[in-house]
Amino acid sequence: MSQKILLNSKEIEIILHRLACQLIENHLDFSNTVLIGIQPRGIYLAERLTNILRDEYHVKDIELGYLDITFYRDDFRRSEKILEANKTNINFVVENKKVVFIDDVLYTGRSIRAALTAIQSFGRPEEIELLVLIDRRFSRHLPIQPNYRGRQVDAINKEKVKVSWKENDGEDVVYLINQEKDK
Amino acid sequence: MSELSVNHLLGIKYLKEQDIQLIFETADQFKEVINRPIKKVPSLRDITIANLFFENSTRTKLSFELAEKRLSADVINFSASQSSVKKGETLIDTVNNILSMKVDMVVMRHPNPGAGVFLSKNVNASIVNAGDGAHEHPTQALLDSYSIREKLGDVAGKNVVIVGDILHSRVALSNIFALKLQGANVKVCGPKTLLPKYIESLGVEVETNLRNALEWCDVANMLRVQNERMDISYFPSTREYAQQYGVTKTLLDSLNKEIVIMHPGPINRGVEITSDVADSKQSIILNQVENGVAVRMAVIYLLASKIKK
Repeated sequence: MSQKILLNSKEIEIILHRLACQLIENHLDFSNTVLIGIQPRGIYLAERLTNILRDEYHVKDIELGYLDITFYRDDFRRSEKILEANKTNINFVVENKKVVFIDDVLYTGRSIRAALTAIQSFGRPEEIELLVLIDRRFSRHLPIQPNYRGRQVDAINKEKVKVSWKENDGEDVVYLINQEKDK
Repeated sequence: MSELSVNHLLGIKYLKEQDIQLIFETADQFKEVINRPIKKVPSLRDITIANLFFENSTRTKLSFELAEKRLSADVINFSASQSSVKKGETLIDTVNNILSMKVDMVVMRHPNPGAGVFLSKNVNASIVNAGDGAHEHPTQALLDSYSIREKLGDVAGKNVVIVGDILHSRVALSNIFALKLQGANVKVCGPKTLLPKYIESLGVEVETNLRNALEWCDVANMLRVQNERMDISYFPSTREYAQQYGVTKTLLDSLNKEIVIMHPGPINRGVEITSDVADSKQSIILNQVENGVAVRMAVIYLLASKIKK
């Protein structure tokens, strides 16, 4: 197994600022827009972006929620991995709002498919956009593409992208991990 | 741990403490789901569940059915009163016939203790015991503990008294197992005739004076007198029972602290508790009913995840 650094903390910092600016470009004061972090790994990115928007770009009143998609996944009873539920916390109305889904890695697109179903339980948004830090293109199983992407990566299936966050893992860094044994 | 240690829910006796915690953590998520505008998740859309009720039930049956439907399972219902059981069919035959229609899980209430265990050994489906005679009623005990945890933050270390007809109660036995497993202190209180011999061997204390029991406890779980299971008279009259073991507002107000009142239903108002107690702020009876759906969703979801494709 080998790993290389895709993005270091400085690069992540720059990308987060760019993504924040792109969000402002499309949503201005966020009066009709809500941000939704996808559990479990998308919430760190969502919180970071919210803090940057609030503290550095002085956008007031951003609504941020967390959406857990466990019960909407299409691999219940199909994967060996046990599906563990996380907290959903959406304390606002999504009806007729512009919703931005935020997740760390876009891979097959199945999580986002589940999130699109899950969000319907809370109402009918006006539109839904997708923001991801890492877009693993060429790996998609479904016709889903991000509106905002941090970095595009051409990773093969045996490779894994791991995003670490300061809050949870001690440092901001993105690794590309090759799970094949070294020859 | 993120998987149950059992493939069936036959009784609290067969569970580990971690199982209960896992069920509660999962129930927390479902409680949020059932408070959404759209209260349904698609997880179990390829699972079919049969509710077999060989004994009458209102809230347990409704609660299970609602839990199953909220998880998008297909549900079939069966009541013994309208079935071939009356024509002499055996339990295994009845259930195997139902399973031939491609059913994955069976929720069963039966008047005979051990019916669930018997079925789990003889048929190929995941079994949930919804009450077997005077033996166990595991989902009721789980939702009772869940409601205590919600109200008081934790079950461990709390003093819980179970009052009333302990002898005929499956709710009492399951509750004792569940509460002891989570580290609560448990007393039972009732007339001597309605307390089983050797109940102390389960690690509970016996108290025959209601006031003393209430002074000691944080939570009082009031049970109904199960007249339908009584073949002889266990106390002189309902009026005398109510005077000795009924909780009134006057009694509650005279205690030196505010205790939580629970009841698994159906309530006999004026017997085990008076109306003003049942409807008071200290009563969490309706919270128990709401939590029942979330807890049953958690149980069914976790068991279904263990059914092999």
